[in-house]
Amino acid sequence: MDSLLTVKNLNVSFNTYAGEVKAVRGVSFDLGVKEALAMVGESGCGKTVTSKAVMRLLSRSGGIIKEGSRIEFMGQDILGLSTRELNRIRGSKMSMIFQDSMTSLNPTMTIGNQIMENIFTHEKTTRQKARERAIELLKLVEIPNPETRLKNYPHQLSGGMRQRVMIAIALALNPSLLIADEPTTALDVTIQAQLMDLLRSLKERFSMSVILVTHDLGVVADFADKVQVMYAGTIVERGTVDEIFDSPRHPYTWALLSSIPGRAQESKSKLYSLQGTPPDLLLPLQQCPFAPRCQYCMPICKKAIPKENFLTDTHGVACWLQHPMAPKVTPPAGIGGYDHE
Amino acid sequence: MSKQPLFEIKNLKRYFPAKGGKTVKAVDDVTFDIFPGETFSLVGESGCGKTTCGRTILGVYPKTSGSILYEGEETAKMSKAQLRQFRRRNQMIFQDPYSCLDPRMTIGTIIQEGMNVHFKRTPAQRNEKVTELLFKVGLTADFASRFPHELSGGQRQRIGIARALAMEPDFIVCDEPIAALDVSIQAQVINLMIDLQQEMGLTYLFISHDLSMVRHISDRIGVMYLGSLVELSPTAPLYEKPLHPYTQALFSAIPDVHRGKKEQRIHLQGEIPSPINPPSGCKFSSRCPYAQDRCHEEAPALRELEKDHFVTCHLAAQL
Repeated sequence: MDSLLTVKNLNVSFNTYAGEVKAVRGVSFDLGVKEALAMVGESGCGKTVTSKAVMRLLSRSGGIIKEGSRIEFMGQDILGLSTRELNRIRGSKMSMIFQDSMTSLNPTMTIGNQIMENIFTHEKTTRQKARERAIELLKLVEIPNPETRLKNYPHQLSGGMRQRVMIAIALALNPSLLIADEPTTALDVTIQAQLMDLLRSLKERFSMSVILVTHDLGVVADFADKVQVMYAGTIVERGTVDEIFDSPRHPYTWALLSSIPGRAQESKSKLYSLQGTPPDLLLPLQQCPFAPRCQYCMPICKKAIPKENFLTDTHGVACWLQHPMAPKVTPPAGIGGYDHE
Repeated sequence: MSKQPLFEIKNLKRYFPAKGGKTVKAVDDVTFDIFPGETFSLVGESGCGKTTCGRTILGVYPKTSGSILYEGEETAKMSKAQLRQFRRRNQMIFQDPYSCLDPRMTIGTIIQEGMNVHFKRTPAQRNEKVTELLFKVGLTADFASRFPHELSGGQRQRIGIARALAMEPDFIVCDEPIAALDVSIQAQVINLMIDLQQEMGLTYLFISHDLSMVRHISDRIGVMYLGSLVELSPTAPLYEKPLHPYTQALFSAIPDVHRGKKEQRIHLQGEIPSPINPPSGCKFSSRCPYAQDRCHEEAPALRELEKDHFVTCHLAAQL
């Protein structure tokens, strides 16, 4: 598969009063054409920062992409582009939808104007043509009565509708890459299911690649081709959906999967819960970041950072348990391929 | 269950006035019982009235009509002294652990505030009690002198629980207690809640839209749609065989990590109608894939289709 996006050794830091917070630490990944990649992890693991770095949206929040990081999109070096060149790509070739549609849309503009704004920014076209395009886009995202909806303001729409408008804006110029940052977190399950179905069909129809940032593993299992599990700014495990859900290898992935109550699990029994808190991102990494919370922790884990070990072409795990000298451990029951009721 | 219910809610209605003389029927004719020691859950999409229902039961909102019996006694007719006890014994945990704690109070003060109104204790006894409560929710004594901003979301939610427990309640309304938390923290808080229930014999009204968590924690579940209860059942039969078309659609939309077998997802058309102007007849008729003429005209009543399994649908038996 051709690679659309290549991220190599991405390091992002924020300067705070307490010191330099290293939010993303040496993340590398590839995204192929028409692929759906999911980034999962707890809050603060760097998944959103990584996706924003790809769009170069970090400067305003104080994020600094460190020297040596590389982001290539369609063969272009994103980090070397000027703001003007970036603006030509952002919103047209790659676009992003955010979690909170109420704060992402402009409350003082009709949704029609907001969709058209994006079209005018990138194309020389007449108002009439842009309006037709906006109606077409609203139809595409399955909003009923698009002609009248164009004149609505964001507050007149429900949360699910607003999220659809955001998708319409993002798709206005047929992007090759769509980054969806927790697109359904604020929504109800039924609306979430509708939206994920919509995203899936649009992805096929426009041959888009999608990066889905989420902490909802259920959504990931349904949507993604590839998954990368992030912890403390690093990727601890990556693989295809089947690899991650059927034969996960990293204790952190196990912990994430087992904290969701399974169908087979007895009611009111103890849910698996991960003890402790994620490491302080102010400190340099000298051990496996997960070691202090890992129940399989070995002496080596506290001494050296595990290298990513590829079990297949796609399935990578950064864990000392994968070392040939490590003891064999069985993952907790109830996850992966070990139990389906 | 043959026990005397803790709460008997009959035909409860709570309307809010809206612009132009209209009314929002947030809770519209809801009837159910809550038994001591159980976890009763209300589920449904946002805007279905589950939070309003919980708050009305506790008297946070006055009811519009209907009756709420607490241990057989009408709450609206309680004397001041009885109400005082009622409010102590019935507590609430909120969704947002950030806005429900006063940022200018220490954790110790927050936990003590309500408790000091009801219990006569010396300052030393109070501090001792605070320490005991902090231990109970899995924190240490030194948290008492900290401020809310020093705590993580999960820790704050524990403070919310400790504050409720300080009143020595028997009933707690848990309004989306885990919605704002990370998955791994969610599991911790749920474990804590289950432990406390078993230890202290608490009764929970658990309000949530996280259907897998609800399945884990609940004894009985009420499914709400547009202010009405559409299905009421013990947990296991509800998840095995939901009877109402809305429940079926809701459950089929749960994203599932256990991908062994995939059930067909039921697609609902459109979004929830406005509670100002709900559809005539059955409220779900405008989105129901099975709706017939009768459904648009006549509102179905809650009926017991199987033992303890109630449903509000004309067609549920045939589906």
